[in-house]
Amino acid sequence: MSAMPQQYVVADPGSIHTGVEVLQSDEHKHAPERYPLSQVDFERVKTPFIIGVWILSASIAKIGFHMTPKLHLIFPESCLLIVVGVVIGVVLFFGTNVGVSPLTPNTFFFYMLPPIILDAGYFMPNRLFFDNLGTILLMAVVGTIFNIATIGGSLWACGQTGIFGSPEDAPKFLDIFLFASLISAVDPVAVLAVFEEIHVNEILYIVVFGESLLNDAVTVVMYHMMEVYNEMGLNNIIVQDVISGVGSFFVVALGGTVIGIIWGFLTGLVTRFTDHVRVIEPIFIFVMAYLAYLNAEIFHMSGIMAITFCGITMKNYVESNISQKSHTTVKYALKMLSSSSETIIFMFLGVATVDKGHDWNTWFVVLTIVFCSVYRVIGVIILSALANRFRLHKLSRVDQFVMSYGGLRGAVAFALVLLIDEGLVPQKNMFVTTTIAVIYFTVFVQGITIKPLVKILNVKRASKRKPTMNERIHERFMDHLMAGIEDIVGKTGNYNVRDKFKRFDNRFIRPLLIRDLKGAEPKIIETYSKLTMRDAIEVMRRNPSTIGQITGTESMSALFRNYTNNCIGGSPSLTNLDNTCSRNLDMHELDYNPSKKDLTDAKIHHLLAEELKPYRRVSSKMISTFYNKVKKK
Amino acid sequence: MVLFGDTRMLQIVTPNQIERLYSRFTSLDRGDCGTLSRDDFLRIPELAINPLCERIVHAFFEESTEDRVNFRQFMNVLAHFRPINNKKENKLNSLAFKMYDLDDDGVISRDELLSILHMMVGANISQDQLISIAERTILEADLCCQGKISFEDFCKALERTDVEQKMSIRFLN
Repeated sequence: MSAMPQQYVVADPGSIHTGVEVLQSDEHKHAPERYPLSQVDFERVKTPFIIGVWILSASIAKIGFHMTPKLHLIFPESCLLIVVGVVIGVVLFFGTNVGVSPLTPNTFFFYMLPPIILDAGYFMPNRLFFDNLGTILLMAVVGTIFNIATIGGSLWACGQTGIFGSPEDAPKFLDIFLFASLISAVDPVAVLAVFEEIHVNEILYIVVFGESLLNDAVTVVMYHMMEVYNEMGLNNIIVQDVISGVGSFFVVALGGTVIGIIWGFLTGLVTRFTDHVRVIEPIFIFVMAYLAYLNAEIFHMSGIMAITFCGITMKNYVESNISQKSHTTVKYALKMLSSSSETIIFMFLGVATVDKGHDWNTWFVVLTIVFCSVYRVIGVIILSALANRFRLHKLSRVDQFVMSYGGLRGAVAFALVLLIDEGLVPQKNMFVTTTIAVIYFTVFVQGITIKPLVKILNVKRASKRKPTMNERIHERFMDHLMAGIEDIVGKTGNYNVRDKFKRFDNRFIRPLLIRDLKGAEPKIIETYSKLTMRDAIEVMRRNPSTIGQITGTESMSALFRNYTNNCIGGSPSLTNLDNTCSRNLDMHELDYNPSKKDLTDAKIHHLLAEELKPYRRVSSKMISTFYNKVKKK
Repeated sequence: MVLFGDTRMLQIVTPNQIERLYSRFTSLDRGDCGTLSRDDFLRIPELAINPLCERIVHAFFEESTEDRVNFRQFMNVLAHFRPINNKKENKLNSLAFKMYDLDDDGVISRDELLSILHMMVGANISQDQLISIAERTILEADLCCQGKISFEDFCKALERTDVEQKMSIRFLN
């Protein structure tokens, strides 16, 4: 007891203790200070406050770009954010003594990367991804290894000529490869940021983007391997180390994937039971995906792959379990989180550029940029020639060009280069500077030019839209048809595998994870209810008064609720299994006892039909006359 | 109705592929009589549980007068699914359309669409729901307001889908 008051006296009350403690201690010893009218205690809120200011300034910067008339059309957003970051960095550097880079590897990997990757994984077009999985894996695994080997080898060879300084100063063999392994990987954040804006066609997009997600496994393994080799020293490496290195690639990649899938299924299972507490539904999606990421990181597996596959897996099951509102929340929260972390990453990248410790080595920088670009092109050409032997949709020259040009480097490389231990790698500062230079080159030069290039080369653009009813049905029809034809031909192809998985999914997984099963083709029903919902809202918006008049007794909102409920599947007709026995296709023979609700529904249905018809007629006439004109010409 | 002349088909399908398909054909042909019956098709385990099994098998027998198909007819149907390089051909749609259009009157009626939906969506959905889905689908595609989907409507509805891509398989050499 006696030591305690003394300690309080010695301690500086302003910096360490909170006001309450100071008051208490003072009461014991001294004459009581008067109760302060106000206090300034910045230390206590420093960290969250600074984080808040960062987010605020990044978001304001973002608003600024979109308000400027021309700027955001010429530059990708990421470039502008880096520029703002540099400006802030300069101000901080000369104006204050803060000087510390806010982009530490830990904040990056634990807090800023996961939202972006989860967003990517959750909204991944699954079908497209799995259709092109072969090409993506080829590019991600073989392509990245090819790049590491060639870039590392060439840089090392150049180093031997003494071009980077005297041979003693030049980085050692393993140091170079450590650097090559972090600079070779295409960065998902940068690729997303640039490709989201230019809207290239979906196949091109998924190949580049899928590559950037999946090459994380290679990067993690190679980086870790080189790090360990570096500690061991070049002479102590035996064959066993190399073999375990190769083996660990499979462990890292498959382990991350499996962890992700398991967490994805668990999320599906948990959301099955959330129908009583709708408000916490989004929490499960975020937290469980994040836990998947951390869980993979615990075992030094690929967290990026874990969270990607977690998103891919959970999506189908979660979407049919959670309410429409929760779904909207998830969608917007994910978009918001990912876009703000993307914004902050690019800004931090700019801030981190302004630093004392730079070590600029012109030849090293120039050669790294040249090798990165050249080997990327060579790798893409070789690998797409290989892939084209097996692909139905061949990758054209233009596609290959965009693929190699879209190989942007970004913050993952920067965070990894910061992780290098300076004691082991004396050239760390040179590597950091070079990495920043490469990132700037790819984000600025390639990022700015890719948009006009895509226009000049006439790359097919994507048209983002919801599928129509016809497309949904006919496409499913074709899937079944193709699966059947593949069975007849006796070839195990994409359709065949998908068909088998769907059947397995429908029989075993879906009944386990989904609360109320909506038949074998949930997508068709989903599209249907989405479209009807949209129509209903449209009608409501156009002339709400008519509905009010027609219904008479019932209120508009009640009617609307009835109607949408019916479409979305809350109605008993959906879950009613007895109905299915009447497979009579002749509709006149079905006996029909309309209840009051049915009558209201019918009214709405007619209303909708009438509301929609005129539109249809006009548009169809226009189309047909247009068609005829074209034909005549 | 023969959609492809034999010579044309041979141009597109390489001898290797024909050879491979022929070996598949003979392995399907349990009775060793050079032709396939419906039962031969239905013996393929995965095909038998395909919801569209009936229609697919039916497509093979459409051109033949008997209830058996020979290798040439077999190939003629499969040739629809070879990957094509020039975009001019739009024949692929017609086969799919004919699989909907059971009575061969050139339009997909509501009942025809409904029966396909029934096969695909399965038993958990009420008939009313399916009907409204079918009606909605027809309303959406039907440009001539006749309550049916004609072939032109069908093509139009799928013009944003890469049908050539979706309906092609690589026959392994």
